[in-house]
Amino acid sequence: MFLINCPYCGERDQQEFKAGGEAHIERPKQPTELSDDEWAEYLFMRKNIKGVQFERWNHAHGCRKWFNMVRDTSNDEIKAIYKMGEKPPSQ
Amino acid sequence: MTKNLRVKSSEYIDETNRISFKFNGKTYHGFKGDTLASALLANNVHLVGRSFKYHRPRGIMTSGSEEPNAIVQINPGTNRTEPNVRATEVEIYEGLEASSQNCWPSVEFDIGGINNFLSPFLPAGFYYKTFMWPASFWEKYEFFIRHSAGLGKSPTSSDPDIYDHRNVHCDVLVIGAGISGILAAKNAAKNNFKTLLVDEKNELGGSTIYENNEFNKIDNITSSEWLKKEIEEIKGIKNLEIKTRTSVAAYHQYNYLLARENLTDHLETNDKTNKIRQRLLKIRAKKVILATGALERPLIFNNNDRPGIMLSSAVKKYSEFYGVACGSKNVFFANNDSAYESALSLYNKGINVDAIIDIRDQSESKIVKKVEEAGIKIYWSHTIVDTAGYKRLKSVSIMKLSNDGTSVTGSKISISCDCLGVAGGWTPAVHLYTQSGSKLKFDEEKQIFLPNQNTSNQISVGSCSGDFKIDQIIKNLNQKLKDTLNIKETDLDNIKVEIDQENSKRNIWLLPSDKHLGKTKPFVDYQNDATAKDIKLALREGFRSIEHVKRYTTTGMGTDQGKLGNMHALGIIADTAGVKMGELGTTTFRPPYTPLTFGTIVGRNVGKFFDIFRRTPMNDWHIENKAEFENVGQWKRAWYYPINGETMHQAVQRESKAARESAGILDASTLGKIDIQGSDASEFLNRVYTNAWSKLAIGKCRYGLMLNEDGMVYDDGVTTRLGENHYIMTTTTGGAANVLGKLEDYLQTEWPELDVYLTSVTDHYATASLCGPNSKKILKKIIPDLDLSDENFPHMTFKEANIGHIQCRIMRISFTGEHSYEINVQASYGKDLWEKCMEAGQEFNITPYGTETMHLLRAEKGFIIVGQDTDGTMTPIDLQMDWIVSKKKYDFIGKRSLYRSDTMREDRKQLVGLLTDDPNIVLEEGAQIVSELNKSPIEMLGHVTSSYFSPNLNKSIALAVVRGGKDMMGKKLFVPMENRNINVTVANPVFYDSTNERLNA
Repeated sequence: MFLINCPYCGERDQQEFKAGGEAHIERPKQPTELSDDEWAEYLFMRKNIKGVQFERWNHAHGCRKWFNMVRDTSNDEIKAIYKMGEKPPSQ
Repeated sequence: MTKNLRVKSSEYIDETNRISFKFNGKTYHGFKGDTLASALLANNVHLVGRSFKYHRPRGIMTSGSEEPNAIVQINPGTNRTEPNVRATEVEIYEGLEASSQNCWPSVEFDIGGINNFLSPFLPAGFYYKTFMWPASFWEKYEFFIRHSAGLGKSPTSSDPDIYDHRNVHCDVLVIGAGISGILAAKNAAKNNFKTLLVDEKNELGGSTIYENNEFNKIDNITSSEWLKKEIEEIKGIKNLEIKTRTSVAAYHQYNYLLARENLTDHLETNDKTNKIRQRLLKIRAKKVILATGALERPLIFNNNDRPGIMLSSAVKKYSEFYGVACGSKNVFFANNDSAYESALSLYNKGINVDAIIDIRDQSESKIVKKVEEAGIKIYWSHTIVDTAGYKRLKSVSIMKLSNDGTSVTGSKISISCDCLGVAGGWTPAVHLYTQSGSKLKFDEEKQIFLPNQNTSNQISVGSCSGDFKIDQIIKNLNQKLKDTLNIKETDLDNIKVEIDQENSKRNIWLLPSDKHLGKTKPFVDYQNDATAKDIKLALREGFRSIEHVKRYTTTGMGTDQGKLGNMHALGIIADTAGVKMGELGTTTFRPPYTPLTFGTIVGRNVGKFFDIFRRTPMNDWHIENKAEFENVGQWKRAWYYPINGETMHQAVQRESKAARESAGILDASTLGKIDIQGSDASEFLNRVYTNAWSKLAIGKCRYGLMLNEDGMVYDDGVTTRLGENHYIMTTTTGGAANVLGKLEDYLQTEWPELDVYLTSVTDHYATASLCGPNSKKILKKIIPDLDLSDENFPHMTFKEANIGHIQCRIMRISFTGEHSYEINVQASYGKDLWEKCMEAGQEFNITPYGTETMHLLRAEKGFIIVGQDTDGTMTPIDLQMDWIVSKKKYDFIGKRSLYRSDTMREDRKQLVGLLTDDPNIVLEEGAQIVSELNKSPIEMLGHVTSSYFSPNLNKSIALAVVRGGKDMMGKKLFVPMENRNINVTVANPVFYDSTNERLNA
């Protein structure tokens, strides 16, 4: 059970949060311009890395804010947490 | 044969407090402080159970939670009965009853014992291999296997006890209150760390407390006397909370641990009532100090499982701590000095020790000398090759061990004995350490796995970190405490430790016998009857991974999780396969360390607290009027209102007719309601709904369909424009929370530039939906001054009004196809509003209707229910709702996906109406639809999603999704059922009032 440092509320138990999949996948601004393949890339393709992964999390049972997390999926170490819109930390 | 083996008074046993208890129906006596195991041993009862597979007689082997054999059923036949309880952990109380498991008719005479003689035919994987063929017979086999398998009996009535959960936060959690744990907790607490010390036993002090070893001295007194003073001292330290009878079950990441605190199991039955039995502590610790100690290893030799064969440390604990002699003719079998300590302990208490068999060729330590001086015969370089005695050990046969330890030589000597203490060395208890995700490494010299890479803020101290000698323990503990607590000095700096212990050990995982291995029974896992032979067989059959060998042979899969034998299993595999132990690794140690009861896991979340449920403000009225309820998400919704013993069908038919012929009323309070405000509210709705919103006038309502980005229908509902920048959105009852979450997600992550604020107001409003041709008249009676004319208040519009002093928001919208109004009031006035409607509607025979009637009425109109007629694979086009998809809008959630080649396929499943040729047959929801009956396999075209008998049309109607259904209007199809094929015709899904005349009436 992770201890997650919500950037708005501080450390809270994992059960207050909801995981939201891979981070930094921006919704295309002009979807109609995209080919089926390009749209499918946005819509369906997600990485599932063993190692350092960038993820979206939501403090669903708290402030309800979304934020980003860098997590090593091999040992669940949370390496960084930062707000939506902020640049990911350089590796 | 009953005799008292209580040898000497012990300070932990209160001999003035005599307790009677029953075991297998017979009454015995023990004292306050005894465990069931110690009390039975005091009564010379060793045979307590039968093994799982061969039903071999088994006795008490250990004195702690690692016990594999002495598992009993507590208080059989009562609602508090509990199976698989370790007798070594049960504290006796007046009236306790326990019985053996896994035997019939009795532990003394067990029919299943025949398996022992059949054992040559029951090798590892016997069940897998034998009951494979023919596959169709499995159900028959299973019936018998299930009957003979399984340990113990579960209670048949509900548990009378109360269980509890508690969150605990601390700076330092110390697990284990042996000498290391006590000293660690003391120093942490004294340095202002909020500290919690837990131990699974009821007494503090671990094994040091009853050590009484004259060679181990701290500050010139024996280590046990010294520790007693320390324990007295820590009891007074503030900052330090001590919890005994508390077993840590799980150690998760980020120092989150689950522990079970046992509060009433040791109390007499009358004293258990109305108290919390067990509490699950959910601990979040900043630092964890593991002081979990070590478990003594047995030795693996032929017939090493007979009642009377125990761990040497257990023999010592029973004598020192409980004052019980485990036998009258004691022999020890050792590969290290531990057995000598036990032997000396017994000798000092006047208990007879006949011999020590040691596989080493010598030892120089003082304690060995002392044993020799006591005249106890030591057989160096000998091993036990066999044992005798069926229900109790009678003798052991020993032979000289070859230099390489793989064979025996010379002649056999038989030594008569009734108790054998086995000392195979110590295994650090690293179970919790590895559960936390931390990694072990194998120490080739000590032949143990040790903590190596910590993943969380933790340290391991004492014997669980491989320090077995007290001087070593204290020295390393001191340094580790300074490092982890970041302190300069501790009170361990100046203590003086004298010891005389030798670490010399000769490790042989599988001891040889004079017989061929195939003719022997060297048990590795006692509970599951896995022998060294089974492990070797698994290797011969090609298994290599330790995890596979474990599952194939069931080694380590009992309720004890192989705490005793797992190391030997690894050792035997490593030796046989010629690999190093370190490379082989261990099996995964999984939680719980010791079993948890279901009660502890669920805590208070039982009965009506099992899940949250929500009630509407009108709920009491529904109950008073005998409504039946159905669960919709977490809501309890009125389902139908039977009168005079009506069935559901009868009630729904009556309610449906009333709603269309005169007036009906539905509690619609559960619909999700989201208040949307902000200067970009219209733009936001444009982006989340498929249709256009910018031009919706204030005071107007509009139905919207919401898609997922994949183009599939996600939710629907009516949204009303209350002001220039203010909307109220309604969602489906079940979808409310997810819709809010999705909208928030887009607002925060994709469109943070939009000025929009979302507030869930579902619980703030109560909603009564008044419907039917007389609904207007009823509303007029309630709010006489509101102009209800079609000019002023047409369909799909909104008005604010007052009923007395109650403010209302009224929408003229309809989910039934009838002229209807949804009246929203502040939740606390909900019941008031409802009663006013009922009173005003009395002259029109207003009929309350529930969700079932609502479903029927909307199905007559062909209105979909998201989640019933859709399943996450339906686009608006599939639903024949093209009209709601804006062609003009550049973008909205899901738009691009509607133009993917897959979503544009003509042969997708599409929503259609179905009419049965026989109007009295009502289709089953979920029934399959086909076009041909004579082809095999029959191609499935789709399925029925909604189906009812319509009283207003006097025929059966159904909605269905059918492949290419759009173009099948009028086509004959079939719904094959178990006993008949039903002929159906594809129809328009709007069955009733397709021109919407009634809406505007």
